Amino acid sequence: MTIPKGGNPFARVRFDYASNGFSALTGLATLLIVAILFVILGNIAYFGWPSLSWRFVTGGTEKDMFNVDHAGVMPMIFGTAALVILMSIAVVPVGVITAVYLTEYTQSNSVMTRVIRGAVNNLAGVPSIVFGLFGLGFFINFVGQNMDAILGKADEPVWGKPAILWAALTLAILTLPVVIVATEEALKAIPNGLREASLALGATKLQTVMKIVIPQALPGIMTGSILAVSRGAGEVAPIMFTGAAYYMAELPSRLTDQFMELGYHVFILSTQSPDIERTRPILYATVVVLLGLTFLLNFVAILVRAQMRRKLRSLS
Amino acid sequence: MGIRRGHRANLWEWLAERVIFGVSLSAIVMIFLIFLFVMREGLPIFLGSMSSSAVQEVIPVEQMDQMPKEQLRSYLGLSAKQFAEMDRETMQALMEVKVEQQKEIPNDKDAALNTTSWRYLLGPHQWTGYDKPEYIWQPVSGIHKYNIVPLVLGSLKATCVALLFSVPLALAAAIYVSQLARPTIREWVKPCIELLSGIPSVVLGFFALLVMASVLQGVLGYQSRLNAFVAGMALGLAIIPVVFSIAEDALTSVPRSYTQAALALGASPWQAAWQIVLPAAMPGVFAAVVLGFGRAIGETMIVLMASGNASIMSLSLFDSTRTITATIAAELAETVFGGHHYRILFMIGALLFAVTFVSNFIADLVIYRLKARMEGKA
Repeated sequence: MTIPKGGNPFARVRFDYASNGFSALTGLATLLIVAILFVILGNIAYFGWPSLSWRFVTGGTEKDMFNVDHAGVMPMIFGTAALVILMSIAVVPVGVITAVYLTEYTQSNSVMTRVIRGAVNNLAGVPSIVFGLFGLGFFINFVGQNMDAILGKADEPVWGKPAILWAALTLAILTLPVVIVATEEALKAIPNGLREASLALGATKLQTVMKIVIPQALPGIMTGSILAVSRGAGEVAPIMFTGAAYYMAELPSRLTDQFMELGYHVFILSTQSPDIERTRPILYATVVVLLGLTFLLNFVAILVRAQMRRKLRSLS
Repeated sequence: MGIRRGHRANLWEWLAERVIFGVSLSAIVMIFLIFLFVMREGLPIFLGSMSSSAVQEVIPVEQMDQMPKEQLRSYLGLSAKQFAEMDRETMQALMEVKVEQQKEIPNDKDAALNTTSWRYLLGPHQWTGYDKPEYIWQPVSGIHKYNIVPLVLGSLKATCVALLFSVPLALAAAIYVSQLARPTIREWVKPCIELLSGIPSVVLGFFALLVMASVLQGVLGYQSRLNAFVAGMALGLAIIPVVFSIAEDALTSVPRSYTQAALALGASPWQAAWQIVLPAAMPGVFAAVVLGFGRAIGETMIVLMASGNASIMSLSLFDSTRTITATIAAELAETVFGGHHYRILFMIGALLFAVTFVSNFIADLVIYRLKARMEGKA
């Protein structure tokens, strides 16, 4: 303790080396984490930026994707975009409705809420490779094959094989917790007075939710969706067996097509290349594109959220 | 938020509420389905009803006509539809192939073993050509060796390195940011951590493979460039945000009055943080570590790219390592659908799911209790 025992209680307190030392250590740890982040980003930007060109971003790739002069990532950007759009269509409604139930329709301490919330938290921690196994075991081997059997296409599987639809649905389950948590936060931030005013004017519960609560929470819902998209765009393990392809000559045009994806492409370039030194420039450039995409989305999400908080503060 | 008034007044309201309730069960349903369908594919291994034994009783081709149809079908391993469409000539050819296959089986006592039984999955066995019983994962070889002990050890090694690296760092940062730092610093650090958690794991894997592996090898000078240590460090980077945000959340949830009381009694900010706030938030810190463990053991792309992927039974951190997740990711694409290798991979996936489910469950429970207690006291 810093209080001297006996003597003059108003004496100047000694400089406490232990306390200040430990405080400094924790500060250093924080600094180290931030420094690591900037080293990673700096390294990627430094080596990736020179190899980035307009042709690289907008061009397609050839069968020999390790060839520096002809590599392009347009098909992967297209595949990733199509994937996350399909995923959002599946996950956003389900996530929003779940959040509405949790905040608007139950008491926050009821057993049901507790169980649903536990399941959501648990789902957030399921390993991504297990989602991959699930996508294969459930969507492809169960749903897809049964669809083929019912549609009479058992000879040549149409649905019972890896496809962009199955990959998107697998990712939708993976990102469900992200949407739920973000939407819930947005709904909770809405002042109760708005709901009470609506109900007092004679609106029903459903009308209040649809016309007052959800419009107010729209920025928060968008934040959640964007975060989910950013998370989904970076996941590779769940789509490895459910739809991502090593190489595709054409862009996917149907739900049952396979697709090329940025993250999976990074994996292929860094592990399958016959000559990593020659592949290095396109590898770095691809990583820059992937990181740029996810960070841009994250950044937009942060901006939207800040905007929303400011607006709500003025409301309440 | 529970304003419950008039919402059961008409049919539509009632119907909408039911639908909303139904949809909100999706998270529970999904957890259940994941368990069911990953388990379903791996079940024959769990029950021990699968056999990988290469030795089969050979039936001479001449006996084909005397055999009952059903027996012939199962002997040739055909589906009912395939069997019905196949003519006699083809079947005869298939039978000859079977006879040939049996001749080609390595003259090896191990060929008769069912390597998918629990005894060989978990216990050591003295394989032909080895001079002592060993744990071996070698699914693509003459005799399929499916011992999962090296994989479990590999996962634990990488996870331990990750936790030893990230927990002290993330915890110290959480104490600093939540207790000691000025609010402006907090507003700078938190987005940085969010940014770190926004880096896709495949990018961290790429960074570990191309940059960290060389740098760490240069500094420490070990033999194998990719190993459990490199993978563990990269894994640590991936779980720092998890441990930090849960721990920070727990530390912040401790009522401000605790700190104020300590400071008023003459404690330094560090003493208040270390001796008052940290012990009060200890369950949250524990939960952060448990969640970090679950995330690290389930992380796939980083270990797949940076661990070297050789299933060596070794306690050294600097040997190439193969983890459970990397094994599934690397091998599943090449397996035969419904074959023993395929089912084993699903089986270890189910084990992984069980481990993370339990750790998530414990962490969730602990955090909930802590929050309830803190809110009650505040």
